[in-house]
Amino acid sequence: MTDFSEELVRPTTEDEQGEPSVRSGSGMCFPWLQNHIESIASGGKQEKDFAQTTSACLSFIQEALLKHQWQRAAEYMHSFLQILEDTDSNKRQGAPEIIWRLGSEILYYHPKSSVETFNTFADRMKNIGITNYLKISLQHALYLLHHGLLEDANRILTQAETWRYGEKSSSQEVLVNLIQAYKGLLQYYSWSKKKMELSQLDKDDYAYNTASQNMLNHSWKTSVNLCTLIQIPGVWDPFVKSYVEMLEFYGDRDGAREVLNNYAYDEKFPSNPNAHVYLYNFLKREKAPREKLISVLKILYQIVPSHKLMLEFHRLLRKSDKQEHHKLGLEVLFGILDFAGCTKNITAWKYLAKYLKQTLMGSHLAWVQEEWNSRKSWWPSFHFSHFWAKRNWKDDKTLACEKALVAGLLLGKGCKYFRYVSKQDHQVLKKKMKQMKKSVKKYSIVNSGL
Amino acid sequence: MKMSVPRTLAFCYLSLLWQRETITLSDLLRFVEEEHIPYIHAFQHFPEEMKLYGRDKGIFAIECWPNYEVIFKKIIEVATFLDLPRFPDITENCYLHPNILCMKYLMEVNLPDEMHNLTCLVVKATGIGEVDFLRFDPIAKKAKTVKYDVQAVAVIVVALKLLFLLDDNLEWSLSNIAEKYNKKNKEDKPWFDFRKWYQVMKKAIDEKKQKWEEARAKFLWKGEKPLYYSAIDRPVVYKRREMVVSLQKQFSTLVDSAPNIEKKKPSSFQFNWTEEDSERPCFHSHSLQGVLQQKGQSLRTKNSLYWLSTQKFCKSHCKHVTTYEESNFSLSYQFILNLFSFLLRIKTSFLHEEVSLIEKRLFKAKYNKTNKKSSRSRKARKY
Repeated sequence: MTDFSEELVRPTTEDEQGEPSVRSGSGMCFPWLQNHIESIASGGKQEKDFAQTTSACLSFIQEALLKHQWQRAAEYMHSFLQILEDTDSNKRQGAPEIIWRLGSEILYYHPKSSVETFNTFADRMKNIGITNYLKISLQHALYLLHHGLLEDANRILTQAETWRYGEKSSSQEVLVNLIQAYKGLLQYYSWSKKKMELSQLDKDDYAYNTASQNMLNHSWKTSVNLCTLIQIPGVWDPFVKSYVEMLEFYGDRDGAREVLNNYAYDEKFPSNPNAHVYLYNFLKREKAPREKLISVLKILYQIVPSHKLMLEFHRLLRKSDKQEHHKLGLEVLFGILDFAGCTKNITAWKYLAKYLKQTLMGSHLAWVQEEWNSRKSWWPSFHFSHFWAKRNWKDDKTLACEKALVAGLLLGKGCKYFRYVSKQDHQVLKKKMKQMKKSVKKYSIVNSGL
Repeated sequence: MKMSVPRTLAFCYLSLLWQRETITLSDLLRFVEEEHIPYIHAFQHFPEEMKLYGRDKGIFAIECWPNYEVIFKKIIEVATFLDLPRFPDITENCYLHPNILCMKYLMEVNLPDEMHNLTCLVVKATGIGEVDFLRFDPIAKKAKTVKYDVQAVAVIVVALKLLFLLDDNLEWSLSNIAEKYNKKNKEDKPWFDFRKWYQVMKKAIDEKKQKWEEARAKFLWKGEKPLYYSAIDRPVVYKRREMVVSLQKQFSTLVDSAPNIEKKKPSSFQFNWTEEDSERPCFHSHSLQGVLQQKGQSLRTKNSLYWLSTQKFCKSHCKHVTTYEESNFSLSYQFILNLFSFLLRIKTSFLHEEVSLIEKRLFKAKYNKTNKKSSRSRKARKY
């Protein structure tokens, strides 16, 4: 074998027609060895054509789904179903889940499919084996919800709730809880519809009592269903929201507070900014003391510095007595404007302009320096470039003015942004501009020789 | 030796061979794949009274299509077991003779008819057209067995190598010359242009391959009558079948009932090329003038070089004769091998082996000089 490569690669002198140079690797290919290697992976058995064609079929289905070719996917699915009869028990047991997932996608999107076809399919797939019943029921219910068939979804969920077969593993437990929670959510929906009706009824109306009694029943059922799920660590925003609303309606403020506190502060639960938002809004409604509100929002600030509640947070901090809160207030404002989504937020700029002036007047230069140090390398080109000056002036003159003031204070009157805006002539804003120039002259941190 | 369905198929082939019918082993296996010959679902055709269970399941529940190499071995096994005598001779008139098979494959692959002369020459030079060589003889000391179809195709590959060298270089330069000539002389018989042929064939083969893969992916292995192992399995197996059938019905309603594609009749040819079809040009009548040159009374190939597919054959106890590592060979060679292997539904390494064996016979002299590191052989193909 050794001569082979040399023979081919050696340039030939006798040959006039080009230099053939077939690349020769040192690798050798043993077809029979390949077969043995492949059979090791499958435990000594050769891969049968059945296995090969079914896996090819599967990849065709996946390709068709990716390209949204529902017709083609249905054709291949028709053939793929034979995997339920595979003699290989591993493949056979894993098949129902694959078929459910792919089949439900096809039936969801295929133009010829209908709710009945989906229903029949789901009912059949649920009953193959026992491991998939709950999962498929839940997904079936969600599909029906999507199509607005609330009654049917409720029926499916009730059926699934009462399913008892064999041992329940921990994953099944969660599914049962989810099913109950969705049922609870459906009941909440009907409760809230009744609430709507009730609000239109007069208190003295004879129907009022029955209606409110009805509602109470519903709420009791809902609470039973929802509270188990909420105990489990997870992200349950819609459930928590509805549960709390109900509790508040019936005056159970303590219960609601407990649920929200648990949801936001229990370490087992994943970090969820919405939990803090719900808690904050609840406390606001309760008219809780400022300290409490600040402590709640502080955590939110740490998770999502660009949250829209941050401006409110800043206002709370500004009104507070504590020095450290005032410093934090400055931090928060700078934090908001770090994010590209907030660059045109005129309130934020207005606050920043005003607060910077206030802070510098109150001789807290160190605070401003601290905040500015980490930002002075990128804020100028991010916010205060010549391009932005022109753009902001064109779109929103008040925004431009606020930004110009900030720019002037932080970068001095020589900076591009300030120079551009101050050169602009505008009747209405003339007074404001004059004031701006004055403040910058007086308070700019550049002046203090930084 | 216990009979099985593959062995039954091998036995059928033996009878076809005995009769010297115009069907090769690869054709037979292809008919099985195309379901013209019952094999996977053979037991579905058994009468109602025959109940299949237990060990019958192992025999009749087939999950593989018959593979050429496997069936070929079984042919020899069965023939030896049955103690069959020498088979009838295969003469030059017989379909299985390499000259005729070469003609058939040349037509199928859209190569010029003129190449047939060259293939006959190769057949003559290697001696594989001799009656003694071709005859199937299971009881001979070294059982004489010939893979007629693979061999014929290997001869064509060798002929292509002789004409075009297939080193990713010469064939394209020759194509340029042919193209230039064809442009200037539109009235004459066109010279065969390798590049054009490649483009046409590549497109055709890719389409066919795609359709083949799709059809295979959709193949339904399980028939209406499920096979079960024992009385305990029976209800389970039947229930599963019922479930699958009902699910299939759901999905088949979503599929637009396509206009009934008539099941194609079994044909020996997978490709058909005719002169009139302008979209699919036919190269049968093209001339090889572009690659041959006049030298005295006879024609020689313009290409005077050749490279061997295998220089040394394996002498140890492993099951193969030579190995085929794709990256060692030119892309044109790979394309040719892939084309023919797809046609015959065999592995490329299998075909490569046969090509090497043909070359071995052709260049007997070179192989005998084991120590001499000679430069490329120059062989003049004389007409």
